Formats: sequence, structure tokens, C-alpha cells
Amino acid sequence: MKRYLRAVQVAMLVAIFVVWQVLTQPGLVPNFMWDNPDRAAFFFGEPVKMLQVVWEWFSGGAIYVHLWVTLEETVLAFVIGSLLGLAVGLWLGLSPTASALFDPYITALNAMPRVVLAPIFMVWFGLGIWSKVALGVTLVFFIVFFNVYQGVKEVSPVVLNNSVMLGANRRQLLRFVYLPSATSWLFSSLHTSVGMAFVGAVVGEYLGSARGVGYLIQQAEGAFDINTVFAGILVLTAFALVLDFAVARVERKLLVWRPSQSETEQL
Amino acid sequence: MAAVEFDKVTCTFAARGGSGSYTAVKDTSLTIGEGEFVSVVGPTGCGKSTLLNVTAGLLRPSSGTVRVLGEPLAGINRHAGYMFQAEGLMPWRTALANVTAGLEFRGVDTAEARRRAEDWLERVGLAGFGDRYPHQLSGGMRKRVALAQMLILDPQILLMDEPFSALDIQTRQLMENELLELWSADRKSVIFITHDLEEAISLSDRVVVLSAGPATHPIGEFAIDLPRPRDVAEIRLTPRFIELHDRIWHSMKEEVLKGYAQTRNRVAS
Repeated sequence: MKRYLRAVQVAMLVAIFVVWQVLTQPGLVPNFMWDNPDRAAFFFGEPVKMLQVVWEWFSGGAIYVHLWVTLEETVLAFVIGSLLGLAVGLWLGLSPTASALFDPYITALNAMPRVVLAPIFMVWFGLGIWSKVALGVTLVFFIVFFNVYQGVKEVSPVVLNNSVMLGANRRQLLRFVYLPSATSWLFSSLHTSVGMAFVGAVVGEYLGSARGVGYLIQQAEGAFDINTVFAGILVLTAFALVLDFAVARVERKLLVWRPSQSETEQL
Repeated sequence: MAAVEFDKVTCTFAARGGSGSYTAVKDTSLTIGEGEFVSVVGPTGCGKSTLLNVTAGLLRPSSGTVRVLGEPLAGINRHAGYMFQAEGLMPWRTALANVTAGLEFRGVDTAEARRRAEDWLERVGLAGFGDRYPHQLSGGMRKRVALAQMLILDPQILLMDEPFSALDIQTRQLMENELLELWSADRKSVIFITHDLEEAISLSDRVVVLSAGPATHPIGEFAIDLPRPRDVAEIRLTPRFIELHDRIWHSMKEEVLKGYAQTRNRVAS
């Protein structure tokens, strides 16, 4: 069943590329939108040329430095954002006074479109990776923060009381009850937060940088090289899929204690 | 010396979402002797758990005093182990790690804690299940883990809040027998809360009947003179058991009906 599904999925992908190619290759089908036969290729690119660009990037090795930079930014943004979110989430979750005090600020900061901060980060941290990391951190932080905060609030009171009766002091409650509970919520938001770190990295690169996949796209766009733009998008998408796959593996490892629906699934 | 002594304990809560207050327990005086197994029965919602939380030190009485082993109780009761009605196991820890938790909190060496926990898992019939997570265990097995988790700390007083109420009847009787067996080994003092009179009689030395809430207080005490060791399933068929059941049920009936009427009115209004 699964293999069949995969085959259909691949067939669909091929079909999309074929239709795309047929519709855009100059002179292949009669024009029905524009007078100029090159116009379709100008706007939508040609898959064959796009794949050629991708092939040259990987065979020539030019892409690796850019991919590496993007990966670096993503991972840094994810790690720093998660740690900050975890710390602040625990703090506000455990201190009703602090959470009441900061509530409107958190809401306001979260509602603000974080992308507008990119120019400011560029001024503060320069054109290197740190301005992109900073942008990613602002995106990741809130996801992790809200999840951890919720995790702390929803610790079962019975588990808490039970731990107290078993002799846990305040510090031990934090370490053995609140933290594991909060991190489980953090892991359940792993997909979203890694995705956000990635978005921060790419958008940051796009807005101003000298390296990274976002930079490649921005350069190609400046030269109206639509095929290279699509090639960059393709590489980014594939990269995101690989990241997501890696996250799923990690998640399975870390959340073994969680009951999953699949365990009771009928075969 | 008594294990636990309540002296005119009253617990009043601020009513939820409004003015006024709600008195759960009123002027309750009760003594649990050392090594005694006492069951507390009463209609639903009568404040049985409140009484237990006070004994545990999780809740401070509004007035009155609680003495534990002769000392007035201040803060958490360090002599007591508490088995909750709901799931109290940490879901992110394996069965073994849940049993070692209390020892870890006390700073016992890891290898030593592990050894003792494995020993306890075996005693509650869960040898070989140490690496399972709570969600991978059945309800009865989780209760066994909770029992081992409590008993490994060797508390002098056991507080049990309807611990087996969520189990099916066969598992429940098995657990009751095992509890009696573990208890008879070193005779700890037990306060066992239940709404099931048969369970109360078959386990205990004494049954305390509470009135319907609010302002719950004991309205009767019955010594259970059934011989030990007991088998909870078999003892229910003996004439003496039926006689005791009859007598206690008579004194409870009115309160149960009162409690039922109150619940119904609350739903209606």
C-alpha cells in the first residue's frame, strides 16, 4: 500500500513538471495568452533549465557553501530561540506575578510582524549570519514560549501532589516535574519551530546577505533569471523536507513515553 | 500513641465564583491507632478526600489540630505515603524510574535506589516491567507501580484515596488481597477512603462512617472483628460480614439518600 502511494506521488510530481514544461517551452504549443512565444518562459521558467541549474549547483559544488550557511543559521536560531523560550516560559509559568505583568508585552511582541525587525538586526549584527539568526530567534522564541508556558500550566495537579508526597522540594519539582512536562510540549512544537527558524534564515538572507540560498534567489531575481529563482526554491523545498524528516526521527526518539494513536491502529 | 489524631478539624473553602463559603469538614475528631487499618466511608462529595489531604499536609485545616505520631502537623506530613485516586505517576518516567523517584528526591545513590526499586516491583508482581512507560501498562499495573512507589519509602502511615475505584472488579479484589498481604507484613497505619462499603469492611479493622456534605463529620464507628488473614472475595460470603454490612448500611442509608438528594437538587437548580 505504502509503496503504491509513493509511486503515485512520484508520478504526480513528474506530471506537474511535464505540464509545466509543455506550457512554457517557447514554440511547443501555440500561444494562447501572449503574443510573444518567449513570454511564458520569462514569467514561469522552464523546468528543464531549472533542473539544469540545480544540477550545475550540485555537480559544480557551488551550492554547498550556501546550503551550509542556511543550515547553520537555522540550527542556531532554533537552539537559541528554544532555550530562551524554555527559560522564559518556565519563569512566567511558575510566577503568576511576572506573567500578569508581562502579559500585554508578550501579546504585543507576538502580534508584531517580526520581519520588519530584519533591517534593525542588519544594523546591529551586520550582514553575516547573526542578523539572520536573530530574526529566526524572534520567530522560534514565541512558539516555544507559548508551548512551554502551556506545559507548565497544565502539569497534572495529582502528579505534582504525588511528587510532593514523595518528598520533592521546590527545586526538585522544577527539575523532575515541571521541566520534563514543559520539554514534552516543546518537542511537540518541534516541527513548527524548526520551520520558523528556517523561514527566519531564508528571509534574512533574502533581505541582505552575501551567502545562503536566500541570497542566491535574491541575486537571480535581480537579473530576471527566473529559472535560477525556481531552482533556488526547489532546493529550499527539498532542504525543508530533509529537515522535517530529521525532526520526525528525533521526535520519535524523545517522545517514546507518549501514547501514540498508531499503537492501537488497526492493521 | 496514636498514628493520627484529629481534634475538631474544620475545613472551610471560599465558594467558587461567588461570595460566601463552603464547609467541607466540620468538627471532626478521629483517632487512628498505630498499625490500625481504618476505612472511611461516606456518600459521594462528602469531603472524604479533604480529610485525607489534611492528614497529608497538602491542606491546612481552617481550625482544629492534627497530630501525627504525637507531634502537631506542620507542612507536609513526612511520615505518610499517599496513594491518589487519579493517576499520579510521571508519564515521562518508566515504571522503574517512577518507583525510584522518592529515593532520588532523598538523595539515595542511583544504583542502590535501582536495586531497591527492582525488588519492590517484584513484590508487587511487576518483575520485568520496569522499562515500560505508564501508558504501556494496564490500569491495575499502574496502581501496582503507584503502590510500590509509595511503599519503597517505608512510610509509617498510608493514606489511600479510593485507590482501586477505577479498576474492574476482578483486578480490584486481586489488588485488595495484595494490599492486605503487604500490609500484614509490617502493619502500617492505614486510612483508606472509599465509597464502597464492602471494600471497607473486608479490608479494615475499623470503619468510620461520614455524614453527607457539607459540614461532614463522623456519625458512626464500627469495629470489624473478622479474623485475619482474610480473602476479600471469600469473606464477603460469611454471616458475620453480612451482619456487619447490614448494621453499617443502616446507619449510612439516610446519609446516602441525603447526599443523593443534594446532588440532584444541585443539578436541577
